[in-house]
Amino acid sequence: MISSLLPLLVAVPLLTAGALVAVGNRPRLHKLTMLTVLVASLAASIAMVATFADGGALAHGVANWPFGVAIPFVADMFSALMLTVTGLLTVTCTAFAIASRRAESPYFAPLVMVLIAGINGALLTADLFNLFVFIEVMLLPSYGLFILAAPGKAPLRQIAGARLYVTLNLLTSTIFLAGVGFVYGTAGTVNLGELSAAAAEDSSVAIATAICIFALGIKASVVPVHGWLACAYPSTSPAITALFSGLHTKVAIYAIYRIYAVVFDGDAQWLWIGVAICAATMVIGVLGAVGENNTRSILAFHMVSQIGYILLGVALFTQAGLTAGIFYLLHHMIVKASLFLSTGAIEVRYGTGNLGQVGGIGRREPVIAVAFFVAALSLAGIPPFSGFVAKLSLILAALDDGQIVAVVVMLVVSIVTLLSMLKIWSGVFWGKPTEADDNDEADDGPRGAGASTQTAVRPRIGVALAAPAVALAALTLTLGIGAEVLMSLSATAAEGLMDTTSYVEAVRGS
Amino acid sequence: MTIAITAGLLVAGAVYLFMQREMLRIVLGFILLSHAVNLVIIAAGGTSRRDAPFGAPEDVSTVADPLPQAFVLTAIVIAFAITILMLVLSVTGREDGDSTEPTHDDQEPPAGEGRGRAGRGDPESGVEAGAGAGAESDQDRTVTS
Repeated sequence: MISSLLPLLVAVPLLTAGALVAVGNRPRLHKLTMLTVLVASLAASIAMVATFADGGALAHGVANWPFGVAIPFVADMFSALMLTVTGLLTVTCTAFAIASRRAESPYFAPLVMVLIAGINGALLTADLFNLFVFIEVMLLPSYGLFILAAPGKAPLRQIAGARLYVTLNLLTSTIFLAGVGFVYGTAGTVNLGELSAAAAEDSSVAIATAICIFALGIKASVVPVHGWLACAYPSTSPAITALFSGLHTKVAIYAIYRIYAVVFDGDAQWLWIGVAICAATMVIGVLGAVGENNTRSILAFHMVSQIGYILLGVALFTQAGLTAGIFYLLHHMIVKASLFLSTGAIEVRYGTGNLGQVGGIGRREPVIAVAFFVAALSLAGIPPFSGFVAKLSLILAALDDGQIVAVVVMLVVSIVTLLSMLKIWSGVFWGKPTEADDNDEADDGPRGAGASTQTAVRPRIGVALAAPAVALAALTLTLGIGAEVLMSLSATAAEGLMDTTSYVEAVRGS
Repeated sequence: MTIAITAGLLVAGAVYLFMQREMLRIVLGFILLSHAVNLVIIAAGGTSRRDAPFGAPEDVSTVADPLPQAFVLTAIVIAFAITILMLVLSVTGREDGDSTEPTHDDQEPPAGEGRGRAGRGDPESGVEAGAGAGAESDQDRTVTS
């Protein structure tokens, strides 16, 4: 693969977005173009994974300016894996959005295009200020998508969620920007190639970089600063929650991994802070989840808890720890999106995700029930699925490192995770189909209220709405049984973080 | 030193305004905060060199660093875009929409697709939603509304 093609991953979606806005409201053309570009981006990412199978990195100084002047676009195994999984999630979540009629707005496809351009850019860039810009490129269309949830008639709850989401993200971005300013003031550069190990050598650079990592920590919603996610994510439409679940916080996690590996050079003296924060994140996130009463609120708190697991990988900073953390990150993005898609499908057709207001979905929608159950067991870390591999390798890595407290926390939190997943199972899927939701569906129009005895067993969720959740649930089973492939890819990515020479050399040579 | 004091004052003003009730005040706080950060970035380029980096200066050592200026230019535009969005959000919602006083309107079941009718037609489950899900979980979620 030629390194000068890397900027295409940003340029093509951006140009498409502009073109789609220009051609106006042609829904079929919009959907077709959007899916084509997303699949092409996914294919390019998979090609990149194949390129980096033996490690190494590729870099391109945009506009061919010399090193230090140009903005470098770098790809190595870690960014290639992230590009692949974010690309996959965007494809499945857009398919779900189309099936749930969320993509009818003429602005949906352009906004998704800008979103994917921002994500690809944030994953590829090796320049802190440019990272800030791409995070904003990723966030601004997200605000649009967030509000697109119910065009023209957004309930107050959604507006409240959007206000919280926008203000929190602006605050965080501004803190990150201040951190970038301090890094430039202390180190004289914002290029990751030049910043290599700068924070390990100079404590003032370390403080400046810590401000950047703190800001990314808020974006990833680690525990002292996690409340916003649990409030904001459930208040948009199910398709959008699912789309965001795998993208925004995970890009922040990627940036934390990358910055700590390159700028701090894995400096061991600060790792205890990471371990403490991660343990607190796991515990408090899962306690919040078990106390909630709505499927999406439960899942949002689970995201917080799982983010603690993922970041523990970088807080261990050993080859095994990073491998486990990266595997966990990729596994978790897939599983969480699957969970949001399966419960989202229920919310779309049955109108609510509150526990107890719908019942007997398991009998009525066996396909969705199986998809949810598979993903839920995978989230809790039950053997045949990928979550077991992720948790086991993370626990082994923590044992290796002597972090007994973290191991105990991980094991206990898994039990509570399973508990709250069973709570959703019993509140939504188990039991007899209730008549109440049949009556409600009369308002929903197209199907009308038939004889309730008949509708009680007739599934409402069609193939198109169930397929995205099922596909991702099948993927977590595949990754559980054939974990070796992704595990070795994660190990290659982790090597690139343990020893950043090839990354830094690629940037310097670009 | 002057720039540090100015940035500090701006941040203090921003944090104070964030704690206020109206959405509009929060937006004003964000304007102050982005001013403060822009000053920080300009300061990162060194404040001793004051000449404008235009044309072909004869002595480069007195010319200001142009890179932070480009950073700030970008950051101003981004903050401007988000400020506009926040101002629109502050008048969306309901009539007196710029109040951030926590309300309990979010007790309504969060039916994402705007189909929040489940349980409404049924008085039993409607009450349950208000008393059970609402009182416990939604009260501590005092979202800015």
